[in-house]
Amino acid sequence: MNVMDTRATSAMLYLDGVHVSFDGFHAINNLSLTLEPGEMRAIIGPNGAGKTTMMDIITGKTKPDEGVVLFDGVTDLTRLDETRIAELGIGRKFQKPTVFESQTVQDNLLLALNVDHSVKGTLFWRGSKAESESIDKVLETIRLTEARNRLAGSLSHGQKQWLEIGMLLAQDPKLLLVDEPVAGMTDVETHLTAELLKEINKTHTVMVVEHDMTFVRELGVKVTCLHEGTVLAEGTIDQVSSNERVIEVYLGR
Amino acid sequence: MTPHMLTRSLDRGATIFLAIVAACGILIPLSNLLLPAGSFLQVPTYLVALWGKYVCYAILALAIDLIWGYCGILSLGHGAFFALGGYAMGMYLMRQIGTRGVYGNPILPDFMVFLNYSKLPWYWYGFDMFWFAALMVLVVPGLLAFCFGWLAFRSRVTGVYLSIITQAMTYALLLAFFRNDFGFGGNNGLTDFKDILGFNVQAEGTRAALFALSCLALILAFLICRSVVSSKLGKVLIAIRDAESRSRFLGYRVESYKLFVFTLSACMAGVAGALYVPQVGIINPSEFAPGNSIEAVIWVAVGGRGTLIGAALGAVVVNYAKTFFTSGMLAPYWLFMLGALFILVTLLLPKGIVGTFNSWWDQSKENRAATAASAAAEDGVTEPDMAESAQ
Amino acid sequence: MLVNLPARLRTLLLSLVLIAFALPAFAGPFEDAIAKFANDDYSDTEEAIGVVASSGNPLAFPIISALQDGRLMADSDSKKVYVTGADGKSIDAATGQPVDSVPDSASAVRLNNRLRRSVDAAIGSLTLQSPDIATRLQAAQSVFKSHEETALEAVDGALAKETNKSVKAALGDARAAILLFKPDASEVEKLEAVATLKARGDQEAMALLTGMGDQPASVAKAAASAIGSIQSSLAVWSTVQNAWYGLSLGSVLLLAAIGLAITFGVMGVINMAHGEMVMIGAYTTFVVQEVIRTRYPGLFDYSLLIAVPLAFLVAGAIGVLIERSIIRFLYGRPLETLLATWGLSLVLQQAVRTMFGPTNREVGNPSWMSGAFELGQITITYNRLWILVFTLAVFAVLLAMLRYTALGLEMRAVTQNRRMAASMGIATSRVDALTFGLGSGIAGIAGVALSQIDNVSPNLGQSYIIDSFMVVVFGGVGNLWGTLVGAFTLGIANKFLEPVAGAVLGKIAILVLIILFIQKRPRGLFALKGRAVEA
Repeated sequence: MNVMDTRATSAMLYLDGVHVSFDGFHAINNLSLTLEPGEMRAIIGPNGAGKTTMMDIITGKTKPDEGVVLFDGVTDLTRLDETRIAELGIGRKFQKPTVFESQTVQDNLLLALNVDHSVKGTLFWRGSKAESESIDKVLETIRLTEARNRLAGSLSHGQKQWLEIGMLLAQDPKLLLVDEPVAGMTDVETHLTAELLKEINKTHTVMVVEHDMTFVRELGVKVTCLHEGTVLAEGTIDQVSSNERVIEVYLGR
Repeated sequence: MTPHMLTRSLDRGATIFLAIVAACGILIPLSNLLLPAGSFLQVPTYLVALWGKYVCYAILALAIDLIWGYCGILSLGHGAFFALGGYAMGMYLMRQIGTRGVYGNPILPDFMVFLNYSKLPWYWYGFDMFWFAALMVLVVPGLLAFCFGWLAFRSRVTGVYLSIITQAMTYALLLAFFRNDFGFGGNNGLTDFKDILGFNVQAEGTRAALFALSCLALILAFLICRSVVSSKLGKVLIAIRDAESRSRFLGYRVESYKLFVFTLSACMAGVAGALYVPQVGIINPSEFAPGNSIEAVIWVAVGGRGTLIGAALGAVVVNYAKTFFTSGMLAPYWLFMLGALFILVTLLLPKGIVGTFNSWWDQSKENRAATAASAAAEDGVTEPDMAESAQ
Repeated sequence: MLVNLPARLRTLLLSLVLIAFALPAFAGPFEDAIAKFANDDYSDTEEAIGVVASSGNPLAFPIISALQDGRLMADSDSKKVYVTGADGKSIDAATGQPVDSVPDSASAVRLNNRLRRSVDAAIGSLTLQSPDIATRLQAAQSVFKSHEETALEAVDGALAKETNKSVKAALGDARAAILLFKPDASEVEKLEAVATLKARGDQEAMALLTGMGDQPASVAKAAASAIGSIQSSLAVWSTVQNAWYGLSLGSVLLLAAIGLAITFGVMGVINMAHGEMVMIGAYTTFVVQEVIRTRYPGLFDYSLLIAVPLAFLVAGAIGVLIERSIIRFLYGRPLETLLATWGLSLVLQQAVRTMFGPTNREVGNPSWMSGAFELGQITITYNRLWILVFTLAVFAVLLAMLRYTALGLEMRAVTQNRRMAASMGIATSRVDALTFGLGSGIAGIAGVALSQIDNVSPNLGQSYIIDSFMVVVFGGVGNLWGTLVGAFTLGIANKFLEPVAGAVLGKIAILVLIILFIQKRPRGLFALKGRAVEA
């Protein structure tokens, strides 16, 4: 039997019929979504559409009431916790930039590096050349080489966003979940971020949640619009933004 | 501990601290034993015992700082681990009394004879051997911390919830050890010790040796803490303290880290308790009182959490103040002062003595660097690193 | 009330003695019997007791009770017998005439254990005819306990005349007890007796049935089945008893925890000085009672009613002060709040210790809170009952307050979304202060109630703080109903564990169970779910 045949799907990420409710409120309702390997996908949708909850489900923070969540075609993510899912190769950037504020930029990246994360490994850790090289490389990519010894807490908002993307790069996951990467950024920074994500997408599968339509347009990838916890429309940005139901959701009411 | 961990852990502050503790550990016992009694430089025996107590408290404070200062786990039950270590040592000392007890029973301690025990309870077996008792000093607190932590951290009990259940833990132990039928001497606890390893616990030489040993234990505990916090594991601990959930998404198994550091800390507290008991001559259930554990936390807060040196310093300073005030006319006001200390430190000095000093030191260093950088810039020589750090 | 009975009995005895002085003496078998007391022979004494007790002579009671107390003096030479009163005056037992002094040759009539039982039975039967209902009841009960054969006649006589229902029932029980142990009672009588005791169904009835010795087969069989049925009914009652104790403990826990449910549960502030607010409430009660004792003793029964609002105001004002001066600087830093408020608790304790002294202060029960009543087989004390009622009332008022008043609405708004509330024009810092004051005030009220059942000392609060936190955490933070259910669950669980494990081990077991429970459900019984709370 071919190895490929044991996989339920060829998709990197496969969600089918997922439901979550909090005290009777249906946050996610029969959500189905597929992300192919190497793809970049933009997720849009009004507030409360379930975007962040979907990411919580994929990263193991929230357990769905029912439904299938498969990673890499074989792994059932609903049965794993956050640590295990991160170890499998799913990285996440939060909506509000979350970096380790009382540690230096360099140490933030060091912590994110995809090396031995066990207690023993970190206790007896001694830096290697390969590690410092990959940190240098990430620092350069996110333009924070100058700030490497500064405390992360002293960075500007945009720099923190970038540092967090840098941490994702250092983590080198198979799948990146990026929640509102350009919130609070200037136009120039937004443009640079789009470029950066496109660069990252050359080697990684990426899912981006974003409100900023200019940014989504600039990414130029397939767009999924969520509403009330379910997929409302899917297609290119032009298809989706001309979809009557999408217009109704965004402009109506 | 490997050499690279040791060298990494010794910065200037740590070296100075260790030198001072080592000097005390050597000079104080020597002065007590060699100089004639009453001479100006001679440290009287009662002071050796008193300071030995402070050193034990300093070890306990280090243990608390390791988990609270670096990993954000506020344990209000560390007094329990301290007391368990103390009881393990106390049990050894009780067995050493032998036939010199009031009832002269070679096996049973006096309180068991008094309570009509016919034979030694099974959990007292082996405590006549020092090595076994010494092992239990580590194992019993360590095991309790491991089991407790395994349950708590796995279920993600954090913050004040964890603090409250650690308090409940020590409270439950307090109630248990008060019971006569628990087999640990009820509310009188264990006392009237005679010998430790064949030496009279009251003798000057023994007291001096215990003091020196306590200093050595403090040095070792400090080195262990330093090498833990200066390793990458230390960075992970701080990451967990500041953003626990973020650390999980980076693939760190938070509960394992917490469990490791909590258990290590409990073992250190146990050692502190074991050294404490022969020097004060008694261990009783009041050591489990929740108030004791919280008081130990305030030593750390006063000295500065997350600084290790501050924790040790805080323990000594607060306890010195306690001895000073409770022995004089001011005794009725001590609790007012202790209470005010809790309030004022959290409100006005959240970084503690050492933490505030460090910030001030860094600040003035940066100012000097900035001055130097601007002077250098005028000379037309640029030093990018300096300019960077001055921002 | 029960506690007053012996005193009343004593008054009655005294009046009987007085009656005895006023009546002339009879001649005949009574006098002969009296003389037998002087023989110093146990069987003669026993005979004399029987005759005197059934003589109907008004002197009978003073004589027998003097015999019981060792005040019956007999002169074996003159065969004269004297009753010495408690006041030192003496009378001639046969005639009732006062005598100047008892001769030196007279000595107290001796008793042995068997005779003491006869004396008890005789006293029982003598008082069965008393005009006072409580005395008759007491007498019937003492006959039931002694079940002396000699009392049967007296019981039957009393039973025929008795009109009071409860005394009649007690007499019936006494009669049954006597018949059960009477060797020559008929089988039918014994079976009836067993049935009566079965209906009584308490520990004493069971003791009689188990200890009655050899009996005809049918009686033994009936007794066995009666014992079985009593046992199961006793088991039910002991469950009811435990449940009552549990409810009572639960109400105490709830009372101590409600205030905390507000400060910790609603505001998220860890107030380790919460117990001291309870203590301040208790001391307020003490001060109120002191003032009433010295100035207006007539108002004592109203002392608690006066103390409740005062305690609320005092503790509430201190709470507002604490919030404004300490806690508001520590919002969002729960661990620091914990330490600062612990320090505060030390200061408050020491302040009270300095003002009122380190020892327990006396806080009295008003008359309506003392005493007890029987419900089936269990005894319910009024103070516990009132505390339960009071606790539920406080809980209901608090719920209503949160739901229907403007402050309640603002409090809920601020807890749910502080920034939104602020932008709606709610003065959030005022709401914080008032909410904290409310929680503290309720703790003060709890102190008033707890002063009725606990020692009022500076350490009063400390004994409640851990329990209160356990209740709130167990019930689920931010949910008042959770606190209610949590408190009663823990109270009842504690009281059902106590008989099995003992008081201390039971408490330890509860603590361990809660620790394990929190591991299982870190957010308590009634936890809120959703993204917001996990953030």
